[in-house]
Amino acid sequence: MDIKAYIDSGVLELFVAGQLTDQENKEVQELMLKHPEVLQEVLEIESAIIKLSSAMSPGDNKHLLQLIKDKLQLGGQDVKVVSIEKAKYNWFTYTGWAAALIVGAGLLWTMNQNQQLEVKVSNAETEKAYLEVQIEEAKTDLAVKDNLLNVLRDRNIISVPLGGQGDFVNSYAKVYWNKSDNSIYLDAQGLPDAPEGKVWQVWSLTLNPLTPTSLGTINNFNSDDNKIFNIANANESQAFGITLEPTGGSESPTMDQLHTLGIVSQP
Amino acid sequence: MELDLLVVNFQKKDEKAFEKLYNMYSDSMHGVIYNIVRDHEIAEEVMQDVFIKAWHKADTYNSSKGRFFTWILNIARNAAIDKTRSKAYKNSEKNLNAEFFVDILETSENLNDKMDAIGIGKYVKALGEKCKKIIEFLYFKGFTQKETSEELDIPLGTIKTRNRNCIKDLRAMVLE
Repeated sequence: MDIKAYIDSGVLELFVAGQLTDQENKEVQELMLKHPEVLQEVLEIESAIIKLSSAMSPGDNKHLLQLIKDKLQLGGQDVKVVSIEKAKYNWFTYTGWAAALIVGAGLLWTMNQNQQLEVKVSNAETEKAYLEVQIEEAKTDLAVKDNLLNVLRDRNIISVPLGGQGDFVNSYAKVYWNKSDNSIYLDAQGLPDAPEGKVWQVWSLTLNPLTPTSLGTINNFNSDDNKIFNIANANESQAFGITLEPTGGSESPTMDQLHTLGIVSQP
Repeated sequence: MELDLLVVNFQKKDEKAFEKLYNMYSDSMHGVIYNIVRDHEIAEEVMQDVFIKAWHKADTYNSSKGRFFTWILNIARNAAIDKTRSKAYKNSEKNLNAEFFVDILETSENLNDKMDAIGIGKYVKALGEKCKKIIEFLYFKGFTQKETSEELDIPLGTIKTRNRNCIKDLRAMVLE
């Protein structure tokens, strides 16, 4: 084949224009591979058309490429890279936050524990103080009872039982009279609480003639626990009586309010 | 050859190959499309359609049937011509009968300020009237040889050689 005549025929120009049949296209393709001058000719024709048509382009079209890629949803690789970095970042962040939360929770727990212990210590101290008071009271109580026991055992003590009188048969009392120190111990456990506006008054009596002498009122009767009262008595008493009198006491006993009476049996 | 490898990668949906081919042919296709539609916005619209279509139809290209340039030129021409046949386009009252690519190169319509384009415009004016029309019809309008011969009132048998001579002149003007 005469390659020069083939080129000069104008078939390659039509090849670039896309005006040939499939058979002709195939032939050109084969000749391009065999003959570099055919390929060179085709490239130059194509290049001239590209230059001419490019000169007809109305303006820049670089921005269109991005629009086209967006519509084709290309460029996904970049997103992937970001997502991997993000995952890495998240791992560290999450670990950091988790550690911070654990430490924070631990701190709160410790503080709570400390507070609870402080409350417990405070409670224990209160209880200890309360128990100390109890012990002190018990000691005092014991001393008082020891003293009472000594009084009762003293051989110089005169015991005078006071029986219920008239309407008050259920009432009773006892007087322990220590002549050596001129005092009596009155055990008034058998008397009821004094009603509002009234007070118990203790009397020393001589019988011939019957002369009452007031030993005083028991103002703290209702609030006293053991109902044992220590009262001074310098009289040569022959009997003791207890009457209920208006608050403040009376000059002489109100006889219909005489609850208990007992005569001193001389040793 | 480098172009062959690029086209093969493009057919394998390689994004980088697609970008390179776009950069190689986008100005040319833009010119071809604009020459047909004569509207900047519509030209940009068709440009996108053409390259999206090329991406999706990449596997239909076969190098034994022609140049890659020819393949994409065909897509661009058809897309632009389809556009001019749409109702919306016809309503825009464009008179395309008297317009040739040379107008673009000779008037201020051309916004392309590349030195290349200015230089080419100056030379292309020197092309013969028949040459301008033959190139217009065969390359930029996709007319067959028969259609071209009828349109220009030139015997069918001489189109091939007339075109050969016109392209020779063009090559002398635009290629160093």
